[in-house]
This record gives sequence, structure tokens and C-alpha cells, in this order.
Amino acid sequence: MEDAYLVALLTLSATIRVSTPLILGAMAGLFSERSGIVDVGLEGKMLAAAFAAAAASAVTHVAVIGLAAGIATSVMMALIHGYASITQRGNQVVSGVAINILVAGLTVVLGIAWFHQGGETPPLPPEGRFMPIALPFQDTVAAVPVLGPIYARLIGGHNLLVYVALATVPLTHWIVNATRFGLRLRAVGENPQAVDTAGISVAWLRYRAVILCGVLTGVAGTYLSIAQNANFIRNMSAGQGFIALAALIFGKWRAWPAFGACLLFGFLDAVAIRLQGVSVPGIGEVPVQFIQALPYALTVILLAGFIGKAVAPRASGIPYVKEH
Amino acid sequence: MRVPLPRWADMALIPVANVVLALFAAGLIVLIIGENPLKAVRIMVAGALGDSEGVGYTLYYATNYIFTGLAVAVAFHAGLFNIGGEGQAYLGGLGVGLVLLAFDRVLPLAALIPLAVLAAALFGAAWAFIPAYLQAYRGSHIVITTIMFNFLASALMVYLMVNVLIAPHQMSPESRELAPGAWLPQVKPVLAAIGVTVARSPLNLSFLLALLACVGVWAYLWHTPWGYELRTVGQSERAAVYAGVKPGRIIVVAMLVSGALAGFVGVNEIMGVHHRLLLNFNLGYGFTGIAVALMGRNHPVGVVLAGLLFGILSQGGAELAFEIPAITPEMIVVIQGLIILFSGALANFSRPFFERVFAATARA
Amino acid sequence: MPAAESAPPAIELRHIDKRFGTVHANRDVSMSIARGSITGIVGENGAGKSTLMSILYGFYEADSGEILVNGKPAAINSAHDALRLGIGMVHQHFVLIDPFTILENVMLGAEGGALLRRGKASAKQELERLEREYGLGVDPDAVVGTLPVGAQQRVEILKALYRGAGILILDEPTGVLTPQETDQLFRILKTLRARGSTVILITHKLREIMAVTDEVYVMRGGAVVAHRRTAKTDAGELAELMVGRKVRLEIEKGPAKPGAERLVVEDLTLHDARGVTVLDHVSFAARGGEIVGIAGVSGNGQSELLEVLAGIRAADAGRIVVDGVEITPSQPRDPARMRDLGVAHIPEDRHRLGLVVSFEATESALLGYQHDEAYAGAVLQRHGAINRHCAALMDEFDVRPRQPFLRSASFSGGNQQKLIVARELARAPKVLLVGQPTRGVDIGAIEFIHRQLVEHRDAGCAVLLVSVELDEIMALADRILVMCDGRIVGEVARSDADERVLGLMMANARGADGIAASA
Repeated sequence: MEDAYLVALLTLSATIRVSTPLILGAMAGLFSERSGIVDVGLEGKMLAAAFAAAAASAVTHVAVIGLAAGIATSVMMALIHGYASITQRGNQVVSGVAINILVAGLTVVLGIAWFHQGGETPPLPPEGRFMPIALPFQDTVAAVPVLGPIYARLIGGHNLLVYVALATVPLTHWIVNATRFGLRLRAVGENPQAVDTAGISVAWLRYRAVILCGVLTGVAGTYLSIAQNANFIRNMSAGQGFIALAALIFGKWRAWPAFGACLLFGFLDAVAIRLQGVSVPGIGEVPVQFIQALPYALTVILLAGFIGKAVAPRASGIPYVKEH
Repeated sequence: MRVPLPRWADMALIPVANVVLALFAAGLIVLIIGENPLKAVRIMVAGALGDSEGVGYTLYYATNYIFTGLAVAVAFHAGLFNIGGEGQAYLGGLGVGLVLLAFDRVLPLAALIPLAVLAAALFGAAWAFIPAYLQAYRGSHIVITTIMFNFLASALMVYLMVNVLIAPHQMSPESRELAPGAWLPQVKPVLAAIGVTVARSPLNLSFLLALLACVGVWAYLWHTPWGYELRTVGQSERAAVYAGVKPGRIIVVAMLVSGALAGFVGVNEIMGVHHRLLLNFNLGYGFTGIAVALMGRNHPVGVVLAGLLFGILSQGGAELAFEIPAITPEMIVVIQGLIILFSGALANFSRPFFERVFAATARA
Repeated sequence: MPAAESAPPAIELRHIDKRFGTVHANRDVSMSIARGSITGIVGENGAGKSTLMSILYGFYEADSGEILVNGKPAAINSAHDALRLGIGMVHQHFVLIDPFTILENVMLGAEGGALLRRGKASAKQELERLEREYGLGVDPDAVVGTLPVGAQQRVEILKALYRGAGILILDEPTGVLTPQETDQLFRILKTLRARGSTVILITHKLREIMAVTDEVYVMRGGAVVAHRRTAKTDAGELAELMVGRKVRLEIEKGPAKPGAERLVVEDLTLHDARGVTVLDHVSFAARGGEIVGIAGVSGNGQSELLEVLAGIRAADAGRIVVDGVEITPSQPRDPARMRDLGVAHIPEDRHRLGLVVSFEATESALLGYQHDEAYAGAVLQRHGAINRHCAALMDEFDVRPRQPFLRSASFSGGNQQKLIVARELARAPKVLLVGQPTRGVDIGAIEFIHRQLVEHRDAGCAVLLVSVELDEIMALADRILVMCDGRIVGEVARSDADERVLGLMMANARGADGIAASA
């Protein structure tokens, strides 16, 4: 019994760690897509940030510098996407795809050129990473039955960026729903003309949304390479940007439901790892791939209109041309 | 003062300018790495076109790029963005593999070739059908659904290869090797039969299939009433309805054709090169198809030219990595990304410049 | 008049002039709008009213001329400038955010601080005050997308008032309203006037002008042709001024020789997505050898009627009989079948429906006939036949330049239209549906197209002509039906029709029966 409890706790703890980049990615996508800029480039921005963070930290051994480099690089990618989508009024999907592919190649090319380790960055010492934070009295409290492990292993034992990710959810919800910027953000994604006639700049508003998106994917990528892992590995985002996008759609472009979807998808992943090669009573061995495919399958089913209706912001994907 | 550009500038000058911009940006990256871009270009061209082996590899890569480029182009003409080429190519390969594993010891090659081609088309089309249907009749955005289907294809293939199709007593997830009688003839023996000697390369008869597909797509889009209807839907759905066309049906048909074309990658890879089913043989070809189509302006001739360029880049890039270890084959991926960026999302970046140039020359 | 004589006018326009390419949209327009009044601007479609208001609201810049707001010269380059000067506009197509509440819509751009909470509280108070004062009858927390059209329009008014707009421009505000909603709107406008606001009402409906305005400007061909105090004029005079005595388009044509009924329409009814009735039990018949004109102000169901008859839209009820073959609403819409039955369609919207602008002329000349045996074999198209066909159409209809492989967009409007007309007439249709055949078409092409329509009438075709140009209807039609609010409100033989009677019927359906009868 004790054991099953611990396993459950560990699985939930793993869920939080696996969900962290998804949460950051989903909140990032939320800002961009609520402003009407479709972003299929979350994946690329995360990967770019992961590389930049690991590279900067490998040189300086200072985690915060890694974070700064990750965010700066990701914002740069976001600005390319913004320039193509907002200023040049190009195809937003094409731009997102371009960034994904560009980054997939560039991180390896630069990685090999700079570090000569087959596209990986050198392993980082603890000071170059975001390490788990020990909560006060963690060791003392851990001995307390039932509640102790929750405090030590579920609430505690994570690195700073996990808490940052968790904090972005209420923050995003609050920004979108309770601030002037949020009101305008939601408005510009639905009807940019209304924003324009109210005397607000559509382009600047969207640029700010895209930059925010870049900041958050920057944190997400940084988490991958210098918090969750100890170096950059080629293509280490491994589709997590797309799962974040799926979670965002699954949450119907709202912060809390998207957070729920991230936890669900993260949980599936954590369970998949735990179930590998294990026979579930009554079902037999569940193929890992089946569980891993669930987020994508669920999103398609949702988009097909079988679980409620996922309605994207009305103006998303359409470049704004002032009607003159 | 701006003037509309002449048609040749629209058709040729701007696309070429976009590619030049992309290559220029790639050159900058080579400079950043500390290597000489011009030397890199020399090595690449020599590696890709210098001898018959290089040419063979170049054409082998180009075969895949032509298939996926055509797939994206056909969808584009119907106003659809098919990002699912990756998954459709994967499934196409699965179809080829399953058919050949079933019949390779039973049927002669002459029967296996059409069967494999058909299986590739059917499996690729089937993988495109659900996103197409959902777009046409339930309004689900095809960009998102095809992305999701890429991942679903990947999960499906891993499951099948690891659990079902893996050859007995083997560690790596690959099927048994196909009987040599089911291998698509490579070009070296074929040419040897008519007295031409070339070096060994993976280039096989599916290159001819790619050229046939180009002719087929060209005829379909511009020489049949259905292609006419497809293009009408892509240009103006309302005009299509006026003309008695049912857009939903066209969307589904266009995606089926698109998926089938992407599926042909499976013929080249499974029947032509690997001679077994395995994982990740499709990697990157679907996405590169987007670059090929954008660069080739969605025309089969353009797709062939762009496919060849990417073939050169792929083969030349491999040589380059060999000659200059600081530059890796992923440089090709970077160039792809840059070309998609400059030929696609920033397609009109250089337009104001040329419009000013033409206006100035018109005044002069 | 509540305004003191000495106060400067709320808005004064001096010699406003605006051209779009070759179109002279506003010619030397001067107006003076008194503060605290309701001023009407009337004119036919294309008279230049909307352009003028767009200039006033900062959407366009005038080529020359001057705008004074409250006596001071004003530079209005954007909606922002207009708002700052206290000018609010209620667009014909609302600029609202559907998933937002009324409160959020109203606050956008005037949130009162970086956080919404305080701004929301004060905005709510302000809305309550406005509600008490003007009785708009809207709940600030209601979601805009769920509201009926009339209420959405009041949200637009609310937006303007909330920003302190003392001058309110309404562009064709009643086009989408029910009669009850219209009455409510007028009550609100009168309240606004009573409280000192200035209202500019752009419309082509004379009943509205007579009902609420103090003064009225009449525009025609981009220029102001008259300025009246409403009390000292009547609908008849305004109708005459609106239509004017233009150069008559004369077409040589003999008397019609109507034959058998080619097109019979019975009780055709259609509702749009919102459930508003667009076609209301429309019934009529058209015989071979006659041109039946459908007159009406645009947006009264004519476009939808053509689309239903062409098979583009399915009606909700009623039946259509083409040459003895019946089509009921239960059958799926199918333009291809209508074509097979001998119905040709020259659509109103040339650029979106009639051709594909990016296609070569040969391809546009094929639109709708792509499966015709002459142009399609078992698999391949017969490009030789298609190209010869296009070249022949171009010869016959004098389409210039005579280049079948030129992109459709590269032809002028008149030549594009000639190509469409040529395509649709090529098969000697039994029924010809024609929508706005000469909109945006030069004089020479107009004459040519008109002659073609008459020729086909004489060849036994039943021609149904929808046009908002009364001149065109008068010149071509043998019989005239007038449509208003989705209904056919009257029928006049050509010999009995004059512009004044038709204008009144078109502009003023509800009061028109008496006038039509007395004419």
C-alpha cells in the first residue's frame, strides 16, 4: 500500500516535470494565437532556446545567463515570425514551418561547429543548471506519513523553472482577462478592424503578443536543456512544441483549460514511461506508442467537433490589411 | 511610385531573387562558422555533379523531393496547406512494405511494381483522407490536423515495427529483407544492359515514376476538367460554386491525390533502396516538399528544378561534411528553412525593390 | 431649432473633392451641418455619400477642400482623429467583437487604466447613465454576438456616446433593421438631438428622411444637387432630385413579343443565417421574348433571388419551374443542373463569381461549362476547342485586348464583363439571369451589352434583369417588378413607368402602395 502511494506520488511528480515545457509552450502560444498570429513554430523557438541556453551556460556556467540567452534567442525567432506575419503579411503557417526547420538545422550546425560533440553541448555542472530547490524542513517533514511525501516529492523537489511555469498559468489568465493589454489582445484576435477604429495600433499590439510568446518559449527551451537535462541534445524538443500547441487547442485557447490539457498530456507521457513493458491487469500490455499518440488523436477528435467545439480566434491566420 | 511587375519578373525574377537571398543568408552562416562559403559551394557542386556516383545520389534525393513537392503543390492549387507529407510518405512506405512482404516470394517483379505503386498511393491517400474530410465537411483546420497526423503516423510506425513487423531474432526494429526479386531495379544495372557504365548509387527506377508523376500532375491540373475545377476552388470558392463545382468534394480529392504523391516516397525508399521496412526512412522529405513547392511556384517543371536543387544540396552537403568537418549535413536543413522563409513567408520581401527598379527604368 | 444662430455649425465641409482613378467620387462638395440637428444625406447608390463620410471620418483623405469642426479647421487622418474631435460613426457593417460583452466592446480603446477592474466599474456607471438618458435598452453584460442586429447597432451608438461623441454619423443604419427596430432607432436619434447632439443620417430611404431629419442634402454623381429644410419639401421632390434628369440611355428595340412562360417562380422564400427573411413569398413569371426588370435599392433581396434561381443557393420554400421542369427546395442546389436546363447567369459580382481573376481569359471563358462535351473529352480537356471558343467570343463581343492567354484581371471592367456576357449568351439560353450587367462598365460596353440583351430577347429568351440603375431598367425592361424588403411590392408596365413612381416605390415600400396607385 505504502508502495503504491509512493508510485502514484512519483508519477504525479513526473507529470509536473514533463508538463512544464508544455505549460510554458501553451501559454506562449496562447498570447500569439489570441492576438491572431497562428504559431506552429513553438517547437522551433523552444529548440532554439534550448540550444542557446545550453551553449551560453556551457561557456559561463551561470544558469541565469543561460536563461537570458535562451529567452533572447527565442524572442529573436519570434520577431522573425512577427516580421513575416505582421509587417510582411506573409503566410503565418509557412513562416512557422520555416522557423522549425531552420532551427532544427541551425542548432546542429552551430553545435558541431562550436562544441565538436556531434551536435550536443558539453554536460553542465550544477551551477550552470537550474537544480531542484529544497523546501524548508523538507527532510524533517518527509518522515511524516501521507502528507510528508507530498510536501517533499510533489510540492517540493522541483527546479525554479517548474514553479515559474506553474505561475505563468494564473498570470496568463489574469493578463488576458483582467488587464487592458489582455482586453486588446483578445479584441485584435477576433476583429482587428475594431481595434484599429478604436485608435489602437494593430501591428504594435500583435508584436507585443509575439514577443511575449517568444519569452515564454524561451523559458520552455531553457528548461529542456539546463534544468530538466544537463546539456543540449539535437532535436531535444522532440515534438513538445506541437503537443503544447495541441494542448492550447484542446484548452480552446484559454489558460486554465490549456493547463489542464498540458497536465493530461504530461500525465499520459509519465504513465507511458512507467507502463513500458508492464502488463495491466485485464488489458494486457498497453503499447507505449498508443498512449504517446493520445494527445494528437484527442486533438483531432476535438477539432472534428466531437468534444465540444474548438473555435479559434476569428482573425487568426489572416494578415490585417486596413480597408481603405 | 510603384508599377505592377511584368509577368516574367513575377514568374522568374522574384522567385530566383528569393532563393538567392536564402542562399546568401546560408553563406553568412557558413562565414559565422569560420569557413569560406565559396569554397563550400565549389565542393558541393563537385560532390553532387562531379561524377556519375554524385549525380546518382543527387537524382535519388531529388526523386523524393519531387514526390513531396508535387504533393504540396497539388494541395496548394486547391487552396490547401498539406503539412502532412511526412506522415503520408511514412504510410506510403508502410503500404509498399506490407504488399512486398506478402508477395515478394510469390509474384514476379512485373506484377509487384504496379502493386507496390498502388499500395503506396492508397496508403498515402488514406492518411490524407481524414484531415481532408474534416476540413471539407467539419471545418477542422487542415494545417493542424495534418501536423497531428504526422505524429500519429510516427507512433503507428514505431508500434508496428517494434511489435509486429520486426524480423525474428533481431534487435533493431526492421522487417526481414525483401527477396531480391522484389527490388526495384537500380539504374546502374539497367544502364549496364544498354552498354552505359555508371557508378553504383541508390538511384532506381522510381526516378522515372517521379517524372511520370510530374507529367501526370501537369496533365491533371491543366488538361482535365477536374484539374480545372480544383484550381477554380483554390482561387475562388465562390466562383467554383457558381461554376457548379462542389468545393467539399474537390478538397477531398485534392488531398487524396496529394497524399498519394507523398506516399510514392515509400516506393523509392522501401522498394528501391532499403529493401526492407524500417523506421524514419521518410525523415524530412515531407517538410522539404514545402520548400520545393514554394520554390517551384507549385508548377511541376518548377518542382523538378527545385527538387534537383535540393538533391544537389543534399548530396553536395554530404560531400561537404566529409571535406569540411565543421560543416555538417544539417546545413541542408538550414538552407531548406531559409528557402521556406524567403520563398514563402517573406515572398514579397524583395518586391518593392524590384517595383522601384522597374518604375525607374520605365521613366528613364 | 434648438441651436443658437450665432453658434458655428458642428461640421462644415468646404469644396471637398475626391477622385479614385477615373472615378470622380466627390465634386466640390460643401455642406454645413447645424449643431443639435439631424441632417439627412440622400442619394442613389454611388452618389458619393459614403465616400464623403469616409473622408469626414478619416478613412480617406480628400484631394482638396477643407473640414471645419465646431468652427475650427480640422485635419482628420484617422479614426482616432475623428474620435478626438468628437465624431463617432456607426458603420453599415458593424465593427464589433462578437464574443465580447457590450461593456468590453464599449471599453475597448478607452479602458481607463492598465487594469480593467476600476475602468469596468466606472464604465458600467457611465453606461447606466447613458441608458437612463437615451433608453437604448441594452444590458452591459450581454454578449454582443448573441444580440439581434438592432441591439448591435445600438451598441455602436453606445460606443460613440461613451467616447463623448457629440457628432454621430450613421451610414445606412436601417438597411438591416426591422420596422420596429427602425422606429426605436429614430426615437433614440430624436433624444440625441434633444440633448444637443448632432446627427448625420446617410440613407437612400426617403421615408426616413421625412420622418426624422431637420435638413436634407441631396447628392447625385458625387455632387450636392440640393439642400432643403425637410419641412419645406416632400418625398416626391426629393425622389426627382435624387434620380435627376440624366441623359437617357436609348436602345433601339421593337415591342416585345412575349411567348410561352419560360421561368415561373412561386412563393419563393429564403432566410439568411440569422433567420432574417431575405425572400418573402416571391412569385412571378417571365415569358420568352420579354425582358423583366427587377428594380430596387440594393440589399432588398434581388441578389439572393438571382442566386436561388441560378442554383447557387437553395431556397427554404417555394418552387421554380424552368421551361416546364420543376425544381423544389428539397432538391440540392446545383448550378450545373440549372445550366443544363438552359439557365444562363451573368452574376452581379463579376470579380468573385463571374470569373477567376488569376485565370487566363480562356479559362475564365470556360467557367461553368468545363464538362461540356465540346470542351472535355473522356479525360482530357479539348484545349484547341477551348481556345478557339474564347477567341471566337472575343471577336464576336469585341473584347479587347484580343489576347486569350492574358490573365482575366488584366482586362478592364468593361471587357471582363463582355467576356462573361459572351460566355453566358453563347449557348442561346432559354432563361437569362442578369445582375447589374453594366456596373463599373464604360459607356461603349454598356451600349453593346444592352444591345445583346435585346437581341436575345428577340430570339425568344426570357431575360430577368436585376439592376439598381433605374435608367438601365427603364431602357431595357418590358415589364418592371419592384422589390423591397424581400418582397415584390409592385409591377408596372414599361409604358406606365416613370422614374418618380419607381423611385418612390423603391424608396418607400410601406407607404408606396397609395402613391403607385395614384400614379
